[in-house]
Amino acid sequence: MNKYRFLTFCLLAVSLLGIACGGGGDEAAAPTAAAAPAAATGSGAITGVINYANGDPDTAIGMDADPVCVGLHAEGAVTEQVVGDEGRLGNVFVYIKSGLSGSFPASADKVVLDQQGCMYNPHVSGVQVGQPVVIRNSDPTLHNVHALPTANAEFNKGQPFQNMEFEHKFDTAEVMVRFKCDVHPWMNSYMGVVSHPFFAVSGTDGSYSIENVPAGTYTVEAWHETLGTQTMEVTVADDAAAAASFDFASAG
Amino acid sequence: MEPTSTHHRGLHRFAIVLVCCVILLISAGALVTSTESGLSVPDWPLSYGSLNPPSWWTISTVRAEHGHRLIAGTVATLTVILAVWIGVRENRRWVRRLAYLAVATVLSQALLGGLTVLFFLPTPVSVAHASLAEVFLCLTVTLAVVTSRWWRRAEGEPATVPGARRLFDVARVTTGLVFFQIFLGAVMRHSGAGLAIPDFPLVFGGLIPPAFDFPIAIHYSHRLGALAVTAAVVVTLVRALRLPSAAAGLRAVAVGLATLVAIQISLGAAVVLTGKAVVPNTAHVATGATILATSLLLTLGSWRSARAAVPSSAGAVRDPAFEGTGAQSASRATAQPNPSGGG
Repeated sequence: MNKYRFLTFCLLAVSLLGIACGGGGDEAAAPTAAAAPAAATGSGAITGVINYANGDPDTAIGMDADPVCVGLHAEGAVTEQVVGDEGRLGNVFVYIKSGLSGSFPASADKVVLDQQGCMYNPHVSGVQVGQPVVIRNSDPTLHNVHALPTANAEFNKGQPFQNMEFEHKFDTAEVMVRFKCDVHPWMNSYMGVVSHPFFAVSGTDGSYSIENVPAGTYTVEAWHETLGTQTMEVTVADDAAAAASFDFASAG
Repeated sequence: MEPTSTHHRGLHRFAIVLVCCVILLISAGALVTSTESGLSVPDWPLSYGSLNPPSWWTISTVRAEHGHRLIAGTVATLTVILAVWIGVRENRRWVRRLAYLAVATVLSQALLGGLTVLFFLPTPVSVAHASLAEVFLCLTVTLAVVTSRWWRRAEGEPATVPGARRLFDVARVTTGLVFFQIFLGAVMRHSGAGLAIPDFPLVFGGLIPPAFDFPIAIHYSHRLGALAVTAAVVVTLVRALRLPSAAAGLRAVAVGLATLVAIQISLGAAVVLTGKAVVPNTAHVATGATILATSLLLTLGSWRSARAAVPSSAGAVRDPAFEGTGAQSASRATAQPNPSGGG
């Protein structure tokens, strides 16, 4: 009887260890096979400006959790939720949400998400499904990179030394994937994962431009970290830029 | 029938040290959750691929998580040492088995801690980790109690303490309620429901929530649980205070238990009113563990005081130290052979 109990315990322990060892594995998966034929890009464009009324100023970040981070920001650091010149809004992810047909092969260009000064750089970015994302630690302190997708696989990887990097590919479209650093809780970044190359992030002047868009009518969405999303129907013609500006305002 | 081995003071003191370390470990775990540092070290069993990640002491989040792991490793080591010590010195089979069970529990607990990190803190695993910690605490408290000189002396004494049985009847219920209350608290904590009811002592300005969802229900259950525990502790205290003066130790433990519960209610209020500030949030868990240990101590003590003594014909060997004059000999305990081979 005791022998069977011992055997059962051993089997249970081995099973749990197996689960544990498999839990933190590399979740990068091959890009989803394209069902539709590859579509060509076009000569049109979607351009616009993100306006922002009654703006809330970004707030100071307390980096006391890590003295190295404090040392990297002698003049202090502020959040990047609301950035932009007067009346404009940066860090808005704008992309074609629907209306495209065909598939668009993933770009081989690497998108870099860097950890600099205990902040993610860029704060907001975009990537195609299957496009390589290089995540780098440029800081002289350790970070963990914790991605919190809902449609893709979650992962959490440590980068204890400066200049460490790893590559990751998302296999499912998802707007947006949040990245956080659990070591430095103020560190957040957002990445839009889309199945095509027609996206952009607004600059501090609020402007954005999506190039090489095929002629057609599309639903364009603008996403902001705290102000939510807005959509607009946009018709694009060949060799012309269609205007699509968005006006955001805080609830307060 | 079980033979009685002599008391070993060093072993008993080592067990007490282990209990203190376990409460420290639980407190460190509470600090991890209070500072949301659970995933600041993403790998397991190593930390950033090493036993000593760079600058871990200077970064508060990593210090909390890696420090918790280091304390856990220390506790596991101490538990193994205690089990080996008991295995060599102790001839009560059930005590030896209890020590081995403690080793199995602490190893399982480590595995749960690793799993919850690797799977990004799933609530069921985190709750199991928190609950098994309390089970492990109970095991170590029990080992500390049953290896005490008082416990062994009581085994050889024929008289029972009047009223101890009645105290035991309520104390065991109190201990069960405390454990269940801690379980509810763990569910609330790991499901992020700590502020689901934002006011205190009222509940959304009244006595009953106007609407229920899971966070509100588990939070409200924890508050009702606090009332139940408080009532049980009051009854326990009353019964303990009725014990004769010969049981002054049990009465003192009961007073300590009631005091801890009063502190705990204040800490619970502080957690809500400060929006889960780190210090009260951590202290609330640490005090909860201490309450459980104290209540279990009272339960075991009252049980031992109420239990009929083991007849001397069972082979009990009276230690001279029990007579109050031979304390030195107690530390030179020698294991007695176990003729029955049973526990």
